[in-house]
Amino acid sequence: MGLGSIFRKRSPWLLHFNTGGCNGCDIEVLAVLTPRYDVERFGIQLRGSPRHADVLVVTGPVTRQTKDRLIRIYEQMPEPKIVVAVGSCPASGCAFYDCYNVLGPLNKFIPVDAYVPGCPPKPEALIFALIKALEKV
Amino acid sequence: MTFVLPVGPQHPSLKEPEFFRFEVKGEEIVDVDIRLGYAHRGIEEAFSRRNYKHNVYLAERICGICNVVHSTTYCQTIEQLAGIEPPERAKYIRTIIMELERIHSHLLWLGVAAHQIGFDTLFMLAWRDREEVMDMRELISGGRVHSATNTIGGVRRNVKLEHIPEMLRRLDKLEKSTGYYADLWGSDRTILARCSKVGVLSKDDAVKFCAVGPVARASNLKLDIRRNDPYGTYEALSFDVVTESEGDVWARGTVRLREILESIRIVRQALHELPSGPLRVPVELKIPPNETLERTEAPRGELVYYARSNGTETPERIRVRTPTYGNFASMKSMFIGGTVAEIPIVMWSIDPCFGCNDRATILDARTGKVSVVNFKQLKRWRR
Repeated sequence: MGLGSIFRKRSPWLLHFNTGGCNGCDIEVLAVLTPRYDVERFGIQLRGSPRHADVLVVTGPVTRQTKDRLIRIYEQMPEPKIVVAVGSCPASGCAFYDCYNVLGPLNKFIPVDAYVPGCPPKPEALIFALIKALEKV
Repeated sequence: MTFVLPVGPQHPSLKEPEFFRFEVKGEEIVDVDIRLGYAHRGIEEAFSRRNYKHNVYLAERICGICNVVHSTTYCQTIEQLAGIEPPERAKYIRTIIMELERIHSHLLWLGVAAHQIGFDTLFMLAWRDREEVMDMRELISGGRVHSATNTIGGVRRNVKLEHIPEMLRRLDKLEKSTGYYADLWGSDRTILARCSKVGVLSKDDAVKFCAVGPVARASNLKLDIRRNDPYGTYEALSFDVVTESEGDVWARGTVRLREILESIRIVRQALHELPSGPLRVPVELKIPPNETLERTEAPRGELVYYARSNGTETPERIRVRTPTYGNFASMKSMFIGGTVAEIPIVMWSIDPCFGCNDRATILDARTGKVSVVNFKQLKRWRR
């Protein structure tokens, strides 16, 4: 393990992108950052720019309009990048699986490292997925 | 010479995908365009392909933050369509979870608003106390966010007798901390400097742009569907409609904070007066041809559901109008004349919920150019 990945594992920065979900998962992603769950103790912080981020947290099914932005954001992130799909929507489409503007699950467009099932998943599950995904670094 | 400043669809100040195009002259905002539809999934079309029972789950997933009010409004609409009256106990349980949702939504707003003005301590404090509400919701329904409590003809989950003392204890704790935040919101220098006289919406403009919910109430419009067009149990419960006269970001925050206190009062009353009886009535899903409209007060304002049935188990058409959509028009008059630094807090001050809103794809008109946009132009801009 190189020096870079040792430090990356201790301070993974997140980028959160909603690809058109109901924002139920978004508020759970935010709850993970706040005092009760507080992922900052693992060095995890939410960042605004894809160029600073190590982990892309995607919520929501991929809609026609967000598809290009999603791929652009993914390409802007520096290597190595980790993608965590939060909720049932990026995994299967959830209740929107047959809606006309939903293009399909996330792994049709970008490679996914960890799935967190649930509608929405509990914050504990989200933390577990982040820790699991970081083992890949 | 103006400069275009794009914000979105992925931006630190936005939690959801949406695109805003600001035209700025130095620091001053002279125009704003809103490009909607990034979260457009096609829910209304999907409504007419599934049966009434399945649609409860779809209605709930229009918006995660206000899911209970969406499913309640949907169920009330279908009950009205079919001529069913839910039992009294179900109505009270609906009121309790709806008001808990309002508390959680307003605390969420307070936290993110504090984050937008760089006051992260208050963000963390507000979200810490919000967990109390999430616990109460988990206690009743088993889910922190999506409650899945409503069903056509009543509710699926009960408020158990042993839960009531626990809930009252948590409500006391919440009341205390909300009182503290309300004091802080009115006295802290940072908050006053960033929120007072910022993003002002006058009463006339609020009427003109059809503002709804806390935005309208902060501009001194006494609009609350719970009082103006009572549904469920709201006629039997006593609460005040909170209004403020300033119309700025500070007033919108004050309205929301005082509404939390009112909601706590409502939940307490509902817990004390909770009648006994059945939770739901049986429902015949084949609803004869009929149409109806239902309005409720969501945390963000007026929520409208329209439904038409055709004698089968699936509805012919369901139309939803969400409060954020009603408030977008008034955003323009809040932004123009302001500065770039105000963008995040003014944007957040209407409590935008794009998941709710983006069921219609609309390209907003650029009315800031002093010309009035006619229907033809609007049609041309539509995609």
